[in-house]
Amino acid sequence: MSEAHAELGFLRKYVFSTDHKVIGIQYGITALVFLFFGFCLMMMMRWQLAYPGEPIPLVGGLLGETMVDRGAMLPNFYNQLGAMHGTIMVFMGIVPLAVGAFGNYVVPLQIGAPDMAFPRLNMASYQAFVVGGVVMLVSFLLPGGAASSGWTSYAPLAVFATSGQTFWLLGMLFLIASSLLGGINFIVTIIHLRADGLTFFRLPFFVWSQLVTAFLLVLAFPALQAAAILQAMDRLAGTSFFLPSGLVVGGSAVAAAGGGSPLLWQHLFWFLAHPEVYVLILPGMGIVAEVIAVNTRKPLWGYKPMVYSLLFLGFLSFGVWAHHMYMTGMGTTMSTFFQITTMIISIPSVIILTCLVISLWGASIRFPVPMLFALAFLPMFGIGGLTGLPLGLAAPDAFLHDSYYVIGHFHYVVAPGTIFAMFAGIYHWWPKATGRHMNETLGRIHFWFSFLFMNGIFMPMMFEGMAGVSRRLFDPTIYTHAEAAHGLTIMTSWSAWGLALAQIPFVINFFWSMRKEERAEENPWQATTLEWATPTPPPHGNFVETPVVYRGPYEYSVPGAERDFSPQFVKQGG
Amino acid sequence: MSSTIVIPYQAEAHPLTGVTSGKLGIWIFLASEIMLFGALFSSYVLLRVGTGAEYWPSGVEAGLNVPIGTVNTLILITSSVTMVMSWASLKMDKFAAFKFYLGATIGLGSLFLVVKGFEYSAKFSHHIYPAVGWPEATDPSTFFGLYFTLTGLHALHILLGVLVNLWLLVYGAELWKTERVRFEGRIEISGLYWHFVDLVWIFLFPVLYLL
Repeated sequence: MSEAHAELGFLRKYVFSTDHKVIGIQYGITALVFLFFGFCLMMMMRWQLAYPGEPIPLVGGLLGETMVDRGAMLPNFYNQLGAMHGTIMVFMGIVPLAVGAFGNYVVPLQIGAPDMAFPRLNMASYQAFVVGGVVMLVSFLLPGGAASSGWTSYAPLAVFATSGQTFWLLGMLFLIASSLLGGINFIVTIIHLRADGLTFFRLPFFVWSQLVTAFLLVLAFPALQAAAILQAMDRLAGTSFFLPSGLVVGGSAVAAAGGGSPLLWQHLFWFLAHPEVYVLILPGMGIVAEVIAVNTRKPLWGYKPMVYSLLFLGFLSFGVWAHHMYMTGMGTTMSTFFQITTMIISIPSVIILTCLVISLWGASIRFPVPMLFALAFLPMFGIGGLTGLPLGLAAPDAFLHDSYYVIGHFHYVVAPGTIFAMFAGIYHWWPKATGRHMNETLGRIHFWFSFLFMNGIFMPMMFEGMAGVSRRLFDPTIYTHAEAAHGLTIMTSWSAWGLALAQIPFVINFFWSMRKEERAEENPWQATTLEWATPTPPPHGNFVETPVVYRGPYEYSVPGAERDFSPQFVKQGG
Repeated sequence: MSSTIVIPYQAEAHPLTGVTSGKLGIWIFLASEIMLFGALFSSYVLLRVGTGAEYWPSGVEAGLNVPIGTVNTLILITSSVTMVMSWASLKMDKFAAFKFYLGATIGLGSLFLVVKGFEYSAKFSHHIYPAVGWPEATDPSTFFGLYFTLTGLHALHILLGVLVNLWLLVYGAELWKTERVRFEGRIEISGLYWHFVDLVWIFLFPVLYLL
């Protein structure tokens, strides 16, 4: 354990590193690339929706003949894009960015640890994630293309899909393995490697959010693992776990034995996928809480109620999964139960959001770029959450289910919600990770245009959905009832392309700030949590001296203190 | 290795949890394994009683060999005993006894797989595959689909345990000389996993063979 400190080669330092910070950055860059790729898939879909049957500009000529016909999209390719957009964004974009990147980089720093509890396991998690991602991507090159049965892969449709679905299942097993190993690592790290004096109720809210998220990953993902194994058996070994008796596909009876249950897949899938929703949102809430506390120069209002709400959210998220299934005919008794739990689970989310809003009260707020993103998160996540309530009750859900309203609802939670929180995190911790500031002007351009276009994309979807337009339509213009909403579709599409342009300042900022921007000192935001006690950027092993914690995480503007912040790691109050 | 950094609680117990990081990690891993097999057992229940299946063969009716299954159960329970003995021998500083008992665990685990292999091949020779099943049943495939999936996944777990124990047996002696406490910890962790896999079989055997 105590070999001489040798200079590491390039491969060991940047590719096969066991340093949590390097792994965090690896996760971050890979996830941003996947997010961009998933976004590109969606931009192609938006062309087909706005201008059906017309050749796709720029890329239409580059795609193979199984994907486009004279540059215009084919229906099967549209289905692949839809399924893979969801899969990539959720499992290869947001989760690796929120947990893999921010969790890895920030959690050990915030708890004062030299690294994760299992550094080599950490590297294995990242590698499994990359393998799973590559398996997903190469499935586009298969003769039948990638998976095309929606990101939910509902049976029996998925059982009869092309071999892209088998790759989806295989890729998913790798992604699940990655998340499981990562989750175990986070739990042990947070419980065991906290610095002296860092009791649980002195943990920053972000660490709490990662702890709960890790438990969700460890306990929810195995259900999808089981489901993926069963579906793989259905596809490869000819079993009928998800195929009912007497199944007729395309007018002819299916040769399978039957006796299975299509609903079983949905139960297993949503048993994962509902806690997964909280995996997507909780780290975002954690980041926003950190950024708000720093920039309001006030303690978070209601830190303890927020933590208890977080724990309750995590616990109850295992009991609401079937609110995705009201329309399946599972019965009113089941629906009643899940309506009640769904209404209850909205309470802790509202508590957390309310605490964050009240934290702004009476503060002299600073408005750097991360704070803009964090502040935008609050109403955006609020809209996403509130529009979910009608979906959580079976009666209104009968009208809204599988419509664009649903798409608008959950994208408000995840896109201007979580992704804005992720951007807040990038701008907030960038000076620590790179040693340089990020350009404020470019950041503001990035924020305002992203904010505008995000709403331009998702707000029209709500109205389209209420007008009765279904999701997953290949060509909305052939339906009379959808005609009236076509103007909104075109608006959404142009907003999506505008959102892509709005990311250009971010990309420029990313590369410019790495080399040209002014250097950051150790604690540029004058924050109180432990990650700002390290040198900038933190070396391998993180802390020069083992830190000791003397107080809670958000002691800003303490009366009588010399400065307006009293760091956790400084003995005398400021 | 990569550096001079020292990660605490690899060999000593954390005051709050009373265990090392590795042991806490394996317990959390086993929790996720419980969720995996729990999801599969739940699927079994739902497929058996929730699909309106008119006929569901018991293991005996389906042609599973209960005596052989019983023998395999005994083999696995014995291997759990030898696993504990190997750890206890290590604690009592009897390295030769440790090697004997760990070797016995590996041998019994392998024997379990061999017996399982004979059971599988007997089914295959009767043209019973996951998809074909009990020939006279109206609702034939789900029982054998579950049988092969559940026992197959369990066998993979056994195989993993055998390989890990083999690695510890062959390369472990090195660690025993340099970092004794950590090596004891690894044997204990491997043992916890082994007992879990054993326990899964204790549930699988009656569910598939007897019910």
